[in-house]
Amino acid sequence: MKKSVLLGAMTVAGLAAGVASAATVDDIKARGALNCGVTTGLVGFAAPNAEGVWEGFDVGVCRAVAAAVLGDPMAVEFVPTTGKTRFTALASGEIDMLARNTTWTFSRDVDLKFTFLGVNYYDGQGFMVPKELGVSSATELDGATVCIQTGTTTELNLADFFRSNGISYNPLPIETNAEAQQQYLAGACDVYTTDASGLAATRATFEDPSAHVVLPEIVSKEPLGPLVRHGDDAWGDIVRWTLNALITAEELGVSSENIGELSAAAGNNPEVNRLLGTEGNLGEMLGLDANWAVNAISAGGNYGELFEDNIGESTAIGLARGLNAQWKDGGLIYSPPFR
Amino acid sequence: MPSRDTNVAFVRTEFIEPSPPPSSTQGPVAWMRENLFSSIPYSILTLLSIYFIYTLLAGLLPWLFGGVWDTSSIRECREVIEGTGGCFSVLSERWNQLLFGISYPQNAYWRPALAFVLLFVAAAPVMFPAVPRQLLVFTGLYPFLAFWLIWGGTILAPMVGLLGFVAGYMAFVQLEKTNGFAAGFFGGIVAALIVWLLGGFISGAMPHFIALEAVASRNMGGFMLNMILGTVCVSLSLPLGIALALGRQSDLLIIKWICVVFIEFIRGVPLITLLFVANVVLAYFLPPGTNFDLILRVIIMITMFSAAYIAEVIRGGLAALPRGQYEAADSLGLDYAQSMRLIILPQALKISIPGIVNVAVGLFKDTTLVSVISMFDLVGMIRGPILASTEWNGVYWELWGFASLLFFVVCYGISQYSQWLERQLATDHR
Repeated sequence: MKKSVLLGAMTVAGLAAGVASAATVDDIKARGALNCGVTTGLVGFAAPNAEGVWEGFDVGVCRAVAAAVLGDPMAVEFVPTTGKTRFTALASGEIDMLARNTTWTFSRDVDLKFTFLGVNYYDGQGFMVPKELGVSSATELDGATVCIQTGTTTELNLADFFRSNGISYNPLPIETNAEAQQQYLAGACDVYTTDASGLAATRATFEDPSAHVVLPEIVSKEPLGPLVRHGDDAWGDIVRWTLNALITAEELGVSSENIGELSAAAGNNPEVNRLLGTEGNLGEMLGLDANWAVNAISAGGNYGELFEDNIGESTAIGLARGLNAQWKDGGLIYSPPFR
Repeated sequence: MPSRDTNVAFVRTEFIEPSPPPSSTQGPVAWMRENLFSSIPYSILTLLSIYFIYTLLAGLLPWLFGGVWDTSSIRECREVIEGTGGCFSVLSERWNQLLFGISYPQNAYWRPALAFVLLFVAAAPVMFPAVPRQLLVFTGLYPFLAFWLIWGGTILAPMVGLLGFVAGYMAFVQLEKTNGFAAGFFGGIVAALIVWLLGGFISGAMPHFIALEAVASRNMGGFMLNMILGTVCVSLSLPLGIALALGRQSDLLIIKWICVVFIEFIRGVPLITLLFVANVVLAYFLPPGTNFDLILRVIIMITMFSAAYIAEVIRGGLAALPRGQYEAADSLGLDYAQSMRLIILPQALKISIPGIVNVAVGLFKDTTLVSVISMFDLVGMIRGPILASTEWNGVYWELWGFASLLFFVVCYGISQYSQWLERQLATDHR
């Protein structure tokens, strides 16, 4: 009884929060800063540098949204959240949006009453092996010893993968990622498995990263994307279409280098013109300036540039585009049209 | 006739110097025989220990002295270091972040540093009886000064806070004389509230009057945050704990049961749960947009937690006093407040010192738990931003060693002080 009363009170308070902050974008403009929830630190995705300035792939999304709404990519108040505090921070209105490599799942979308606004990184469980093992595919791992974190979905995914391929393995259960790194480097296991982006980040810390390879097989779906709480669809549209603008910009060849030239006057490509506000009134429909997308793209570049600068092959993390390539290049990154 | 000279061949005119004891009973050899090699099992243990210490130092010293301090990433470290050596560059590059967090304004680092130095000045008269009593005035002013230094903003805000306490105290003294304790107590609270309310308008209207650059609580971090939480919570929980311990022994039934329920409830809940309540659950109940400072919430929770423990420690001290002490106080005609202040508490607190210090040391280390609710204290800084930067992911020993060192220095200092205090107060049995 008491519990239901408590939950009821929380629900009412949560609803009140949703109603009171119905015009999130007005709050942000009045405040002069976007409150954006990020991780307390994840290599390549979000971390402050030595000067205390936040950098990373998820941070880039926050900055693009701030640039679209306020015209200033630095007008972001980053609120670090842990896996445990992220959803309450969003539900209670402490943050306006969450860009914290959060997997889009049914229960989070429906039961926790959030709106996922797209996918900015398709992650999935992968495998890392020493190069000297001479393995090029996970299906060749018959009889291998696998380092795996206990109590995670990766454990279940691993069992499924090996069973469906009819091959055997010896699990070596470990507690934390740091322990896994040590065990793997000491040769206690042949294979280390966790999310592919985590594997790449781990590999980047090795003394000789080139001696290890991440195998091409991905055995689970972890679509990561920004989200907002239910109750303000107009705000959700702004975040969704800012992300789409970054993706479309890459598809259309609009980058931070040529955007000044392209946005100066209407060109020959009508979709570029609509995106950059030199034609049509898409910005007005969102309740933003006509050059909202120009600001968003100038903040950190288009989707491809963000990827390359923070986690791409030129960085220490060295992730390949893979699933995160544009749909034209065989990936899953796809934006609805701007019209 | 034999000459006298031949009769006495040799007469010693001075004493023989006492010969030194044999080397088997004195000097380093004897000491070693006595303390290190007194029997065969001891000798084996000694040799094993020496071997253990040698391997430890053989690993540690090259790592410590072969380390590099001026590279810009772990990969550069690996290129530079030959053989073994620590990558201490992370400490020199992120030094400010480890001490002050990521977003404290860099040109204002002198402010928390000054507040830290003044902390010793303020604490000295409370901790050492030899220090002149006049310094106690500074101790009273220190909390407001430190708040102004660390958080910035106009000096009016802490001054209004101070004036409120002064007004409350004056009203209490006046009313207590004429109308008794209860009237004084509530009168004091009302007077303080009135001053705070009026002063709030004034300081709100003049935000730039002798103002330092304001720093939001969210931007506090690093070891500074641990020090703030530790100092504030220990100093607040001590009086609260005494009040709770006395309340628990009170004859007034309601007060007694409030104290019992509070203590038992808080002690029955893990600190981390209270922190989650402070961070997460309160956010649901407060109306959206209210900015009830997160550090303040955390301070309240940690203070409540340690006050409950200190109350139980002090209750142990009270219980250890012989009943005769209470009766002696009564027979002298002292009232409750006098007997507590003059007879009971001085003895009970002396007995409780080791326990209180134990709680204080534990509390100081527990402040690192705030990293779980995504505050960037020293541990949060290391776990989050520093280990997640592409430059420093993979540097563990250097960072955690540094954190341990900082905490060890503070905790060992507290422990040494408490032992000194115990010796100072030892008046019995020895």
